[in-house]
Amino acid sequence: MSESPEKKVEYATDYKPLHDGPLKLARGHRIQYETVQGCDVLLYPEGVVQLSETAAMILKQVDGQKDATGIVSSLMQQFPEAGDISGDIRGFLEVAHARGWIA
Amino acid sequence: MSQLPAIKPPLWLLAELTYACPLQCAYCSNPVDFNGHGKTMDTETWLRVLRDARSMGALQLGLSGGEPLVRQDLETLVAESTQLGYYSNLITSGIGMDAARARSLKAAGLDHIQVSFQSSEANQNDEIAGMRAYAHKLDMARAVKAAGFPMVLCFVLHRDNLHRLREMLDLAIELEADYVELATTQYYGWALLNRDRLLPTLEQVREAESVANEYQARLKGKMDIYFVVPDYYEKRPKPCMNGWGSVFLLVTPDGTALPCHAARQLPDFSFPNVQTHSVKEIWQTSDAFNRFRGFGWMKEPCASCPEKEKDYGGCRCQAFQFTGDAAATDPVCDKSPLRHLVDEAVSAARTTTTEKPIIFRNPKNSDRHAKKPAVVAGPQ
Repeated sequence: MSESPEKKVEYATDYKPLHDGPLKLARGHRIQYETVQGCDVLLYPEGVVQLSETAAMILKQVDGQKDATGIVSSLMQQFPEAGDISGDIRGFLEVAHARGWIA
Repeated sequence: MSQLPAIKPPLWLLAELTYACPLQCAYCSNPVDFNGHGKTMDTETWLRVLRDARSMGALQLGLSGGEPLVRQDLETLVAESTQLGYYSNLITSGIGMDAARARSLKAAGLDHIQVSFQSSEANQNDEIAGMRAYAHKLDMARAVKAAGFPMVLCFVLHRDNLHRLREMLDLAIELEADYVELATTQYYGWALLNRDRLLPTLEQVREAESVANEYQARLKGKMDIYFVVPDYYEKRPKPCMNGWGSVFLLVTPDGTALPCHAARQLPDFSFPNVQTHSVKEIWQTSDAFNRFRGFGWMKEPCASCPEKEKDYGGCRCQAFQFTGDAAATDPVCDKSPLRHLVDEAVSAARTTTTEKPIIFRNPKNSDRHAKKPAVVAGPQ
């Protein structure tokens, strides 16, 4: 009788440009691994997002300490064979920030 | 027989813990005949339901009612849901809360609280709620924030309070809500009973939409505002529950398992009960949950419609309420040959004066307005 619960909160995606300070998960957001779904999920008030492996890997670096540059270099150290993925990581962080997942 | 899609696990469990509620809101989505339903389940049974649904994959837990704070075992249920790894949402009027209880729910691991308001103005709020509640609600919204919860404020909108939308959003800013849900009344349960008194005019809806857009633009990045135009004014139906038996499982106080809030009214259904069936059996094999899964049940114009995978034919309960046939196209859709029924409801509401009395949601009115079972004629 109501809109789809998992899409309950919608976000505009054209705002909140990524800042240079340390990044953390937004209030009320958390990530956990789900055996039934076989993937990590992002949970927030009345919402669920199933995360791809890459998305989960990036979001797990968001620890309230590192800024975007720190996250990029940490991941590039972990996956030296991946080449220059800094643009992709920054792009994802921008989307995550715009959607209100990280602050 | 068309091919049945694979059954995905439920993501949402809505636990309606009780139908008891100190408020008497005339737009309540609870069934009108709630007072005649079975006994409210005890703590142990609810704990088992929480475990069963979680093992199936349910992630989001709504603790609702009625007023869930009426239950003294709420903290026990919350603690178990934390242990199980649910994201727990308390959906409350705030009545029954105090600062200490907000803290004890936080300690039990509750993730989020949604507080509903009936209006931004004290007298109107209390008139709609049927009790003096407004001042307490303000205090409780502050206590919820002080305890460190993310807070959604929910304003239920209808004809009598839509003009206050600006004030409501200002109140939300003042109370530092993280999200605001502008929940336009949907016409099921008590709201359907009171529809002629609640349905707004098209002009009101358009005005409200522009106010919501203005605040959305102004508060970008600070507060998320969610507004949905009431579906009676749309040309396409809502993708109700994201499809029947797709992600949503509701358990009523007496243990009846439903695919949505309003389904219990549908005829020729036998909805299973969690006290006699496992959640897994109910979700995967019960006739009730399988009846409208996939697309095989659809009639025209849905069956051949390219948009059926987007809106699933709309809402089964709305189809039943307007047409008497739960498998019909939701008549909100302008492809439905019965769309005129929705238009007629809108114009009937428009010509209704405020003299028509509001029927408040309470046990007495529940008994009075419950549909009597059909009398079967036959030999004595």
